Amino acid sequence: MQVLVFGSLTDIVAPLPNDIICDNTEQLIGLLEAKYPAIKTTTYFIAVNGKMIRENTPLQPTDTVALMPPFSGG
Amino acid sequence: MLESINERYSRQIILPGFGEAAQQKLRQAKVCIVGMGALGCPALQYLTAAGVGNMGIVDGDVVQLHNLHRQPLFFSNEVGALKVMVAKQKMQQLNPLVNITDYPFHIHPKNALQILSEYDIVIDATDNFPTKYLLNDACAILQKPLVYGAVSQYEGQVSIFNNNLKGGKNIQYRDVFPDPAATANIQSCEQSGVLGVLPGIIGTLQATEVIKFITGMGKLLDGRLLTYRSLETQFYEIELTKNANAVNINVDEFQQTDYQHICNAASTEESLSVDQFKQMLQQQLLFVVDVREMGELPHVNFVDHQIPYSQIIQAENNLHIPVTNKNICIICQQGVRSRNAATIFQSKTLQKIFHLQGGLNAYFNS
Repeated sequence: MQVLVFGSLTDIVAPLPNDIICDNTEQLIGLLEAKYPAIKTTTYFIAVNGKMIRENTPLQPTDTVALMPPFSGG
Repeated sequence: MLESINERYSRQIILPGFGEAAQQKLRQAKVCIVGMGALGCPALQYLTAAGVGNMGIVDGDVVQLHNLHRQPLFFSNEVGALKVMVAKQKMQQLNPLVNITDYPFHIHPKNALQILSEYDIVIDATDNFPTKYLLNDACAILQKPLVYGAVSQYEGQVSIFNNNLKGGKNIQYRDVFPDPAATANIQSCEQSGVLGVLPGIIGTLQATEVIKFITGMGKLLDGRLLTYRSLETQFYEIELTKNANAVNINVDEFQQTDYQHICNAASTEESLSVDQFKQMLQQQLLFVVDVREMGELPHVNFVDHQIPYSQIIQAENNLHIPVTNKNICIICQQGVRSRNAATIFQSKTLQKIFHLQGGLNAYFNS
């Protein structure tokens, strides 16, 4: 599946993973936290295929998951 | 010089679906822009040019040299002048038909409701989380739509929150980012940089949403968060949903909220105030770790060890915690990188890790 990260996460989740396979968003976040521990120091919401989610969501290999932190600059 | 109003606005009045009716709506509209920086300036310029009849601009800052790369409304010889005064003067020259009210101070819970209640719609052109939460709460109380904009390095976000007029989705900033304390570790432009042209694009997108809202044209960014990625030249859109657990605050709570505090509340590591820091330093209890990048100024003579924050992030799994029998205290310029670094250090040691709250800025301003 494709993982997209934005804002402050672009420095943390680098290089972007391209070979992640998992069943749901909780598993995905677990894998990402193991690989990029600094993720745990920041905040973000998750969107699957362009829709914001709040609960663990099943994932298909063709899905796109976005991790979106707030931006503060102006 | 007498001018024909129709001539000034002729190129938008002839637009299909616009016409004199839309121009009249713009003329009667009241828009408040909070923040006269890199988002607020372009929004103000285009809304003034388009003929929005009444605008309020709120900002207590003066023009600084490091603003100019992304705020080209201001000129080099205006460094030190109040932003709202310079902006107002130039906008009166651009379009004398527009009435601009300046508020040369920062918005806070004691003045926000009074100022914003005068306007139909509010633009969040601020550069910090405390004011973003403040504006969200104020607009929720007043039931005013809020056109949100924010930037981070090469990317920017836009949405319209709290739009419960005209069948809006009424999503709030707090639905999307419910926890102000969790924003404490996100860096500002001052710390992480921003491409100058980027907020120009985001600010003009905000102005576009305002024009659509006033005239009723098109489909608003209501319930949708748009993220522009300048390096990829891509727009990414996310459909937002209401959050049942998001906080709604009333007028009394609003006026008593310390927004600075609620955005800095979360931490597992220990913060030292400047006074505590100075005292422990004097008692030789601290081993000071500077996480600013090499070459960042000012130099300070009390640093025991330097490891740039960029290296900490990159080499987190091989991070070497200095061995010392003193208390490790991490410092940086503003207290954000040091807080993040302290969280990372703390996850790797049983020793208590401290950081200097407010960073060297607070140290030298105390």
